[in-house]
Amino acid sequence: MQVIAQTESVAAAPSTGSRWLRDVTGVILIIAAGLAGYWLFPDNLALLTRVIAIALLVLSIDLITGYCGVATLGQAALFGAGAYAAGIACVNGVTEPLTLIVIGAVAGSAAGLLMGTIMLRAHGLAQLVLSIAIVQLFHEAANKASAYTGGSDGLAGLTVSPLFGVFEFDLWGQTAYLFGLALLVVVFVVLKFIVSSPFGMLCRGIKQDPIRIRAMGSFVFPVLLKMFVISGAVAGMGGALAAISTQVVGLDSVSFELSANALVMLVLGGLGTLYGALVGTVIFMGFEHIVSSINPFHWMTMVGALLIAVVIAAPGGLSGVLERISGSGRGKKGGRA
Amino acid sequence: MQTILSIAIDAFAYGMALFIICIGLSLTMGLMRVVNLAHGAFAMIAGYIASYAARDLGLGYAVAIFLAIIGTVIISIPIERLLYRRIYGKPELIQVLMTIGITFCVIGITNYFFGPTLKTIPLPGSLSQPVDIGFKTIAAHRLFVMACGGVVAGGLWFLIERTDFGIKLRATVDNAAMADALGVRTQVVYAISFAIAIGLAALGGVVGAEFLPIEPYYALRYMVTFLVVVSVGGAGSIPGAVVACLLLGAVDTTGRYLMPEFGNFFFYAAVIAIVCVFPRGFFGRAQ
Amino acid sequence: MSELFRVEGLTKNFGGLAVSRNISLSMPAGERLALIGPNGAGKTTFVNLVTGQLQPSAGRVVLSGEDVTGLGAVRRVRKGLVRTFQVTRLFSEMTPEEHVTLTVLQREGKASRILSRFTGNSEVAGEVEGILATLGLLDVARRKVGEIAYGQQRLLEIGIALALRPKVLLLDEPAAGVPSSDTPKIEQALERLPPSLAVLMIEHDMDLVFRFAKRVVVLAAGEIIFEGLPSEVAANEKVREAYLGNYAYARSVA
Repeated sequence: MQVIAQTESVAAAPSTGSRWLRDVTGVILIIAAGLAGYWLFPDNLALLTRVIAIALLVLSIDLITGYCGVATLGQAALFGAGAYAAGIACVNGVTEPLTLIVIGAVAGSAAGLLMGTIMLRAHGLAQLVLSIAIVQLFHEAANKASAYTGGSDGLAGLTVSPLFGVFEFDLWGQTAYLFGLALLVVVFVVLKFIVSSPFGMLCRGIKQDPIRIRAMGSFVFPVLLKMFVISGAVAGMGGALAAISTQVVGLDSVSFELSANALVMLVLGGLGTLYGALVGTVIFMGFEHIVSSINPFHWMTMVGALLIAVVIAAPGGLSGVLERISGSGRGKKGGRA
Repeated sequence: MQTILSIAIDAFAYGMALFIICIGLSLTMGLMRVVNLAHGAFAMIAGYIASYAARDLGLGYAVAIFLAIIGTVIISIPIERLLYRRIYGKPELIQVLMTIGITFCVIGITNYFFGPTLKTIPLPGSLSQPVDIGFKTIAAHRLFVMACGGVVAGGLWFLIERTDFGIKLRATVDNAAMADALGVRTQVVYAISFAIAIGLAALGGVVGAEFLPIEPYYALRYMVTFLVVVSVGGAGSIPGAVVACLLLGAVDTTGRYLMPEFGNFFFYAAVIAIVCVFPRGFFGRAQ
Repeated sequence: MSELFRVEGLTKNFGGLAVSRNISLSMPAGERLALIGPNGAGKTTFVNLVTGQLQPSAGRVVLSGEDVTGLGAVRRVRKGLVRTFQVTRLFSEMTPEEHVTLTVLQREGKASRILSRFTGNSEVAGEVEGILATLGLLDVARRKVGEIAYGQQRLLEIGIALALRPKVLLLDEPAAGVPSSDTPKIEQALERLPPSLAVLMIEHDMDLVFRFAKRVVVLAAGEIIFEGLPSEVAANEKVREAYLGNYAYARSVA
């Protein structure tokens, strides 16, 4: 299946060196922006940590939608699996934060394996509908299994041990935020490696033309399934981070609404670049925080109008627009990493 | 026995209400190949108009339905011209995003104008009474919805299979370029089909309000339900939509009666099973 | 010569319509066979049946003595049964170098590695460069495929196929759509194909067919109506009737 043609995403390689330089610069910018957030908004660290958790979810969608061309409206199932797994583990005495992140990643991967196995049976619209049905099923299951998940009241009372036994998760969320930022940077770097590996190239090929990939002698299903598992690990870590930082897991973490919003963030930011996922999440959640505190319906109108505008005017998303502006400014040709 | 009968009647009426709304979406998706997630948004607009007409202006139920359909179709015309025409033939993801955008806008704007409250559409006395059908009494409104569903199904079948417009529509669906070359004005065919689909959404939104109450997030809340019903039935198929609506209506209603604590669990489990076995829905056409 | 590849009684029906009827032919290693026939004769269907994109209604496909009829397209490629496409299927945003690298890595079973770099992959760089050099594509190796000439894209199709180290290569109109000024390059590439490779080429350009093929098979309405030397084709009555009647037309299309 085809998704938004992302012309810049699979780019010519001018040289390995300049690509390296650009990725290193990108990661430094992410760290700088993260630290700037820490200094500029010390009272909003909880929100900023939430942004990081959601950014992981949006990154995970970029892997399967942006790089493999499989559209999904059910990614929160993987996020929620990670969140509940970490939450339940924490309530049952596993309180070491890094362990909880690993538990989230494993649960997310397992959910990704299941979701991929089901979704990849179908194509196009049926695939999209399956993704929705799966997240709704997860939602109902989490609601029903209230003995473990707290049902609609949410799973509360998570007490996380200090990070490395030293750094307490404080009331202001400083530890949680810096922990989340470090996690995001590590995940981002690993994903950059993955998408520029032979496997990443194979995925881009499948996105454009699965028949060609088969004629090259490669199966399509196992490759996509592998990406679903990786994507699940990323989403699951996002869920676990949300659980650790807020100390509750709510039913909204496995919802169609969260899935749809995350997809919207990705498209706003731009598909198939990884940077777009971060840009989209920050812009979306930033505006949401400001506008919806005034009137939630203004917020919906605004997001709707923005989505329509992006579909009509900027299929590469906002980061595509930025790229084009900065690219023409430098007056040099060349793709994006 | 009485319980089974009550469930069956409720399920049937609910299924028919779903059918009236979903058949419009099935037309847009099957015939025009647009994944219109904003379909429910038009049903919601109709509900708001009907509620305003019947409750605030004190007009009759029939007049309210009529105004709702006309008003919604009029609102949809510029939206079709400006937005939908850009996404005909585009990949699903583009269509999904555009129509989610439209849905958000509709929710934001209607609630800005009408206020974020539940909108009721008062039924006339004749529809709120129970009716004795021999072995059981049923609310007249249930019968009315069933009748509406039957009329819609029959009317659509006649329109598509037996009229000149139906021939043009089917020709356009099979091969738009060829139909165009043969002198069918495909843009007009698309515009009319879209208007019919929206009109049906409007009708369904109003008469189905007893089952799917008109509230601020209506368009989002039932977006998934409508989409799921259409893909289970097979986009573009009238019998498919009937079967899917009745079946899923039955699963949903039975589940709620017998195991309310499971919510929609069975509904979505059934959907996954059906879509896995029939990826194009029960009566979907091969691509 | 020993037989490398054979199809027996290959038949395909779409509903009541037989698009391939009882096609049998065999190819030794080093074969240069041209499959010709008027438009709609079922040539591309034949390629699809042989490579596994379509399942035959009846008949067998045998490669190196092994029946591969039950295998899917991917497994047949891995056994050495490789095709090119009549209309190029390339990734417009990737470079020729990336196409060939991906193919070589795939052949080596390294294409699904997630933690090795793709660009500048030194393990396969030499082979990739060799393939691109043979086809004269080194100049455009790092341009996006969408930006290079169509003739070069056709050469890249052949390059991808060669990177799979096939035993049997099916070329579906390798010169279709290429401006006549560029056909010599395609022809050159065909001449340089490994001598032991069995090649079946579908082509409308009769000059190319006569220069390339050692043997010609003519297909009409899904059936083989002639099999023999290129020099005998023109003299055959059935062929004149079925194919050469359309020759001028076919040539103007190609």
